[in-house]
Amino acid sequence: MSALRPAIQLIVNGEESVVHVPPMKRLLDVLREDLHLTGTKEGCGEGECGSCSVRMNGDLVNSCLIPVLQADGAEIETVEGLARDGKMSRLQEAFLQCGGAQCGICTPGMLMAATHLLANHPTPSMAQIREGLAGNLCRCTGFIRIFESVVAAHAGTADDRGAADAR
Amino acid sequence: MRGDAEAHHLVAPGNLAQALETLSSAPGEWTPIAGGTELMVAHAAGKLTAAKLISLWGIPELRFIESSTDSIAIGAGSTFRDLRLQRDITSEFPLLAEASSWIGSIANQSRATLGGNLVNGSPAADSSPALLVYDADLELMSVRGKRRIAYSAFHTGYKRNVLAPDELLYAIHLPRRFGKHRQYIRKVGTRRAMAIAKVALAATALVEDETVREIRVAAASLAPFPTRLAQVEGELLGRAVTPERIQAARRALLVEAKPIDDIRSTAEYRRRVGANLIEEFLRQLIPKDTAA
Repeated sequence: MSALRPAIQLIVNGEESVVHVPPMKRLLDVLREDLHLTGTKEGCGEGECGSCSVRMNGDLVNSCLIPVLQADGAEIETVEGLARDGKMSRLQEAFLQCGGAQCGICTPGMLMAATHLLANHPTPSMAQIREGLAGNLCRCTGFIRIFESVVAAHAGTADDRGAADAR
Repeated sequence: MRGDAEAHHLVAPGNLAQALETLSSAPGEWTPIAGGTELMVAHAAGKLTAAKLISLWGIPELRFIESSTDSIAIGAGSTFRDLRLQRDITSEFPLLAEASSWIGSIANQSRATLGGNLVNGSPAADSSPALLVYDADLELMSVRGKRRIAYSAFHTGYKRNVLAPDELLYAIHLPRRFGKHRQYIRKVGTRRAMAIAKVALAATALVEDETVREIRVAAASLAPFPTRLAQVEGELLGRAVTPERIQAARRALLVEAKPIDDIRSTAEYRRRVGANLIEEFLRQLIPKDTAA
């Protein structure tokens, strides 16, 4: 028996889309399979690793734990929305300069969690950075380079747009 | 993803009356899902047995925190992020604010709800010890009306509770009378973020004239469900806290605790840590001049 496929509206990185998918399909899978936004990664698939982090209506969420029906009408921000007009955000620049990205699997989620952190705490303390990224696992960097990237992004030692703009 | 999205039906009524009506129309057939931090994990693993789910996410009547003179009412759909940001909670119920910060990560806290944590009923539930020592009441609701019970009477066994098949947890009520109580909470897990408790202990005590006038002690992961430790409380109520009393409380905890061996820890470790935690709390209550 196939479940009903209601029309579900998503506003992803400012662009409105309507998908017809099973309501229990995960937001993660809708982003990747239906909207072809494959920047958002699946790591553990159980809300532990943060690879699938996106922002939904301004909240940081794990997109693997969201039945897409619960995202109906929501504004979603994914890693694809960070660069504007072909220019990386200041945070992305900082990750590049500080070695915050290595194998890359955790990077989209890290960027979204750090973007969320900076939106709420434009000049975060190290404790706030650690808590803000505690739900995102990285097996390469040992985290220190990632923390340094976040510091560089808000301290202005990385180029490009201001942290307040990196929403 | 081993689960099949096509195998489950999900509806989102959007308001409380419709949600209750749906539950009442086929009691036991619908499984409520709020922030999904529990059920979606089962779904991804292919272990979600519920065929029909009803979304409680985004129902405004379930997401509120209201302060009145004597109590604070928390809608069951309030997230742990909501709790951490609410001033009456952080100032008067710091144990609940602290426990809210233990929930998973920032991303989990913006989705996981207080009601979901209680109804799921994990023995390791982060919010439960705090609610037990704050003497919380639960308000349950169905089309038949509302009823109110003590939270301490809610869990009846491992992941079992008193909710009827057509009922929802509507609100959690906290009495505003703990300002003068000494308060304690500590979770022991594998690491600070994302870890499920090996053991957690919370306590509130009112001490006047060096006598314990009121005391509540509650634990996670020391029993099949979150529970108060009545024997430990009994060793302390009406007494002065002395080094001898602390040893008596430790002994009571070792008898009363019924922990298990599992992937996260052993029964023996949990018992010992539980005893150490109650001692850590009680040492703070010993009058300075008699402290050992």
